[in-house]
Amino acid sequence: MSMTATTRKIEEVSIVDLGGRITIGEGTAVLKEAVRSLLNKRETKILLNLGDVSYIDSSGIGELVSSFTTAGKQGGKLKLLNLTKKVHDLLSITKLLAVFEVFDDEAKAIRSFS
Amino acid sequence: MKNQDSVIELKIQSSLEYTELVENITNNLTLMAGCDSDQAYFIEMAVREVVVNAIRHGNQMDLDKIVRVQYRFNSERFEVEVLDQGNGFDFEHLPDPCNPENLMKSSGRGIFLVRSFMDDFSLAYIPNQGTEVKFTKKLSRP
Repeated sequence: MSMTATTRKIEEVSIVDLGGRITIGEGTAVLKEAVRSLLNKRETKILLNLGDVSYIDSSGIGELVSSFTTAGKQGGKLKLLNLTKKVHDLLSITKLLAVFEVFDDEAKAIRSFS
Repeated sequence: MKNQDSVIELKIQSSLEYTELVENITNNLTLMAGCDSDQAYFIEMAVREVVVNAIRHGNQMDLDKIVRVQYRFNSERFEVEVLDQGNGFDFEHLPDPCNPENLMKSSGRGIFLVRSFMDDFSLAYIPNQGTEVKFTKKLSRP
């Protein structure tokens, strides 16, 4: 299954609904492009909704880290929403849960940006 | 399933376009082996990480070089061996991706994840052949 990324905006927060597999190649490229295009438009409050992400590999994790760093360098914030148990486990074991702000409630996540 | 080992061997060119094929075959084999969904997920992940490493870092995407994947399984364990035709690397000193100085790096987590989710893991350089990665998932039954 290929990777999809659809962006919507609530208040000043850009929510990127991701679906499919974030894996090396197309998956990581779609994520990278989605985040970079928001930052290019100075949309710096970014919430990645991973609820429909079925699979993420080490390159996908790397792209999440890279996107987080890139957003931070541009004065932005990138946060995560709706981790599946598997993605949660992967971020936990790689100690990245301490890096990312993670939410399971969209309204609460949006409020956290203000 | 009978307790005699099933053995399947696969050889692919060093192109990432074959990773999905390898995944599909892996998923079929974990189904045959009677793996539960978590076991199947992590075996697929491990095979994918190691094969991608073999293609990219081992064989440097050289289409004249082959990656060999051998599966061996029975009702108690699922073993995978991946052999590339590269020149090896310093796997004794792989950086720990969880160290603070490496935490924000965008790469270097693949082998760590495989080690974390498999029950046995080994890496060896075989002279004149390449790097061989072996890992095993025990298939505990309720």
